[in-house]
Amino acid sequence: MEKEKILINSAEMHAIIERMTFQIIEKVTDYDNTYIVGIRRRGEYIANRITDSICRHNKRPLKSGILDITLYRDDLSEIANMPEVKSSDIGFDVNGKTIILVDDVLFTGRTIRSAIDALLDYGRPAKILLAVIVDRGHKELPIHADFTGKHIPTRKSEVIHVKVKEIDNVDDDCVTISDREA
Amino acid sequence: MIYNKKDFISTQDLTKEQIDYILNQAMSFREINQREVKKVPVLKGRTIVNLFFEASTRTRTSFEIAGKRLGADVINISTSTSSTQKGETLMDTVKNIEAMASDIVVIRHSYSGSVKFVADNVEAHIVNAGDGLNEHPTQCMLDLLTIKLQKGRLEGLNVTIIGDITHSRVARSNIWAMKTYGMNVTLFAPPTMLPVGIEAFGVNIAKNIEEAVANADVIIMLRIQRERMAKLLIPSEREYSKLFGLTPAVMQKAKSDVMVMHPGPINRGVELSSVVADSANSAILDQVENGVAVRMAVLSFLAMLK
Repeated sequence: MEKEKILINSAEMHAIIERMTFQIIEKVTDYDNTYIVGIRRRGEYIANRITDSICRHNKRPLKSGILDITLYRDDLSEIANMPEVKSSDIGFDVNGKTIILVDDVLFTGRTIRSAIDALLDYGRPAKILLAVIVDRGHKELPIHADFTGKHIPTRKSEVIHVKVKEIDNVDDDCVTISDREA
Repeated sequence: MIYNKKDFISTQDLTKEQIDYILNQAMSFREINQREVKKVPVLKGRTIVNLFFEASTRTRTSFEIAGKRLGADVINISTSTSSTQKGETLMDTVKNIEAMASDIVVIRHSYSGSVKFVADNVEAHIVNAGDGLNEHPTQCMLDLLTIKLQKGRLEGLNVTIIGDITHSRVARSNIWAMKTYGMNVTLFAPPTMLPVGIEAFGVNIAKNIEEAVANADVIIMLRIQRERMAKLLIPSEREYSKLFGLTPAVMQKAKSDVMVMHPGPINRGVELSSVVADSANSAILDQVENGVAVRMAVLSFLAMLK
């Protein structure tokens, strides 16, 4: 396996989150009806960073939720065993709301497809937007991000890993790249 | 989690890791049951057949709801409407159901071991929904989940099971899994309803009901099973109720936060007084609620096994 290389260090990562925060603040008009929803697992932590940052800059917090998309994946029949399901935490009525979905990496678009399906099972949001830290290309579905931290052209065999300090055993958030095990 | 069987038949050989996995999955599935739209597409296009050769409302409905909420197509067959009435054997019935490309068959049968016998001879995933006096593994999982949700843990808890142990598949499944978890199990029953050599399970036997409930964190009451000739084992239901029934007077001797559980259906006034069954200590309806989540967990992981 090729060595893991840092693509975005923690300082850049903070800058990216700041910038995305301002882009979101620019776009959000109705704070009562806009929610940030992180996709488990890493999207959940990125969503927290963004909500905290919005709160710091704007003094008006955006409410948030967590979405687990395991049961909506389209590759369940292809993987060896049933992955662990975590519960979603959508503690609000999604009907008529604007929802900003947050994930770490936009790759094939299939995760986002699952997330949209999962969200629609809760009701009919007015609008769903998408924020990702890294858009690495190779989309297999017509899905685009409304807020993108960084576009990184990659080979399909490479692995982009957004690491967050809560679960990835790093001192601070960063993004790494490595080659898939041969 | 490693699970190298195709069926879910018994708690006897489940490891702690496997039980943990099922309980964790079930906890996540509970959230789906509280949504307005209670449906996820994970088993879309799969077929589940409920094959019940014994009366059941709770378990059959619970499996049906669980399957449907996972998006599967669920078909129910009960003895009274099946070809077993015309003399078809159990194996033939199951083989025919399997021939219609069913993915999972949930079976309840009055003969111990019958479900395992079927499982060993077909390709479909088989779930045991109660086989005679042997096991009722999903009931055990929902009991454990209910206890874990309320008490916050399983290890080290004192559980007392009172009633017809001999004829109880619930007791057997529970004792095995609870011992795996290092829980202390105490049994209390008329001697005619205690299997000979039950001490081999590593359980305590209480001498009277006061002793049975005194240190219990959880009391599981079992039903007097009229259909399994339980009446021949006791002088009368009235006497049974006096000596082995859980009444408000007996509850005085128990911990104030003891959980009272019952696999249902309850014979009110026989093993369990109505006052206790409807009291704040009673977790009986929580058990039913958790039953759906547990069955969703079992069905989904079986369907995904390769």
